[in-house]
Amino acid sequence: MSFVDTFNALPINELRRYSQNATCEDVERALDSQSLESFAALISPSADLEQLATVAQATTLRHFGRVIRLYAPLYLSNECINICRYCGFSRDNPILRVTLTTDQVATEARYLRNEGFRHILLVAGEHPHFVSNGFLSECVAKLRPEWPSISLEVGPLEADEYRPIVTAGAEGLVIYQETYNRSVYATMHESGPKTNFDWRLETAERAYLAGFRRLGIGALLGLSDWRTEAIAVAAHIQYLLKHCWQAQLTVSVPRIRPAAGEFQPLTQVSDRELVQYVCAMRIAFPEIGIALSTRETSKLRDGLIPLGVTMISAGSHTEPGGYTGQGQTDLHLTKGGRRIESAGDHATVQFEIADNRSPAQVAAKLDAMGYEPVWKDWDMVLNG
Amino acid sequence: MGTGKFASGELMAAALAASGAELVTVALRRADLTGGKDKFANILTFLDPQKYLLLPNTSGARTAEEACRLARLGREATGSAWLKLEIHPDPRYLLPDPIETMKAAETLVKDGFTVLPYINADPVLAKRLADVGCATVMPLGSPIGSARGIETRASIAIIIEQATVPVVVDAGLGAPSHAAAAMEMGADAVLVNTAIAVANDPVRMAEAFKTAVMAGRTAYEIGLAPQRREADPTSPLTGFLNQ
Repeated sequence: MSFVDTFNALPINELRRYSQNATCEDVERALDSQSLESFAALISPSADLEQLATVAQATTLRHFGRVIRLYAPLYLSNECINICRYCGFSRDNPILRVTLTTDQVATEARYLRNEGFRHILLVAGEHPHFVSNGFLSECVAKLRPEWPSISLEVGPLEADEYRPIVTAGAEGLVIYQETYNRSVYATMHESGPKTNFDWRLETAERAYLAGFRRLGIGALLGLSDWRTEAIAVAAHIQYLLKHCWQAQLTVSVPRIRPAAGEFQPLTQVSDRELVQYVCAMRIAFPEIGIALSTRETSKLRDGLIPLGVTMISAGSHTEPGGYTGQGQTDLHLTKGGRRIESAGDHATVQFEIADNRSPAQVAAKLDAMGYEPVWKDWDMVLNG
Repeated sequence: MGTGKFASGELMAAALAASGAELVTVALRRADLTGGKDKFANILTFLDPQKYLLLPNTSGARTAEEACRLARLGREATGSAWLKLEIHPDPRYLLPDPIETMKAAETLVKDGFTVLPYINADPVLAKRLADVGCATVMPLGSPIGSARGIETRASIAIIIEQATVPVVVDAGLGAPSHAAAAMEMGADAVLVNTAIAVANDPVRMAEAFKTAVMAGRTAYEIGLAPQRREADPTSPLTGFLNQ
C-alpha cells in the first residue's frame, strides 16, 4: 500500500464538483472540520475570502506565533535528462548549463551564510551522471559543519539511495508532483525518468523511510485546474499525516513563472485564488508548514505572511553559481541534450523570480510587520 | 515562561519581565550551539541569566538519543545544567513520548543534569520519573498551543496528590483563569508561552497571568471552599438556636 492506491481510489471529480457547488453554509461548517470534503468547500467559489483569511490568521498565530523561518535555495546543477515542457532546465532547451564542484557549492553556501541563512535548500536537475547520489552526499557532508539545516530538492531516488544522504546530514526533502492530473502529467513530461507518475508520487514515503524528517510536497499551479490539484495535495497531506506521522510536512504553492522554453501556463490561478488556497490549507491543516518562494511578488508575499505562510526564501537565484559566479569556467551550451560549445558568463535560470528584495530587506519588512525573522530553527545535532 | 512565537526578542524580554517568571525555557535548536556568538541565532542574548534561571529545552528531539545529544551540546553552549526534557515525535500534536522520555531522563540525571520532563498527565509515569531523580514533573494540561486549558484535570490532581517533587503544569494554558485553576489545584508552578506570545499585547497579558498565578496560589494556601450542589444560605435555618 502506498499513496498511489489511495490516490487511485480518490473520488476527485466528485470532490471537485462538490467544491464548485458548495454553499456558504457548507463553507461555514468546513471551518472546523478536517475532512477532504470540507477542504473542497473551503476552496469553493462561494467562500467568503475575508472570513477564511480571519480564521487562517488566527490559526497560524496559535500554531506558529509571530515568527517566519527563512531559507535559501542553492542550485547545484541545471543539467537535466528530463523533457518537461514548463521547466527552464528541460533537456531540449538550448541553455547554458553547469554542475558546480563541491568546493564551488561551499563558496556559494558561504555567501548565503553571510547573508544570515542557516537553512539551505540544495536544488538540482535530474541527471544520473552529473547529479549522482554520491555527489549529493558529498555536497551535504561538505556543508554540514556550517549549516544547522540542509534540505534537498532533486530527482526522486530509492530509499536506499536516500539513506547515505540523510546520514551525511540532510534533514528535509522537497518533491513536487507538478500535476496530480495523470493525463496532463503525461503530456507535460515527454521523456526521461520523470515520465513515471507513480514513482514520483511515492517519493515522499520513500524519503520518510530513509529517515528524512521534513517532507515538502505541492503542485505546480498553471498546469491543470487548481481546485482539483489542491484537493489532490490535501489528500496527499492527509495520507502522509497518518503514514509518515513523525515527519514535519510542508506544502508549497508555486505558480509557473516565465522560463526558457517560453511555456505558457495552461490554466490561470489569480492572486485571489492563490490566497484562498493558502488560507484553506492553513485551516484544514493547522500544523503543517507553508512555504512561499520568490516566485511571487513582494506585495503578495507580504500580504500572505500573516495568513498562513511559515517559511519564505529571499534574495534567491535559480541558477547554479548565481550568488557568487561559481562555475563560470565550465559553462556550456546544450542543444537537444548535447553539449555543443562553451559560451556565456552565467548559467541559465530555472525560472525568473518576482521578489528581488535582499534577505536583509525582507527581514526588515518582517520586523516592521510584527514578525520575527527566524534564521536558525534547527540544529544538526538532532540529525545524528 | 516559554520564549517561542514572539514577534521580537525585545518584546519577549519585556513580557518576561512583566510576568514575574523565575524559570525561562528556550529551544536549544534556535540557539547557536557552536560556541560562537551567531547574531543570526541570538535568542539567548535576550535572556539575562542574572534575572532568570535558564531552562534550555530539547524540543525537536524525537528519541532519547537525540535529546541526550542536544542536551549535552546545550549544556556546553549555555552553561546551564538545567534541562526541560521534551521528546515529541509527532509534530502534529507535539505530545510527549513517555518511553523515550523515561529513557532519556535516566541517562541525563546520571549525567548530572537537573531534569524537568514534559509529560502527558500520567500519574505512574510521574512517579517513575521522580524515582529516577527528576527535579520536577511537567504534565500537560492540553496539547501545546491549543489554549484548551486543563483537560487532564483528574490525572493532574492525582499527580499533585502523590508528588514528592514540584509539579509544573505545562502546555495548553490559554487564559489566566487556566493558570489560576492549576495553581488552585496545588500545582507548584505553571509554564505559559503561546497565550502570552501571540496576545495582542504580550506584556499586559504576561501581567494578567502573573496576577492569576498569584491569586491561584494564595487561594490554594488558604484552602478553597468545598463545592456543593445546592445553595448554602448565609443565614442558616437553625441560626435561631444561637440567639
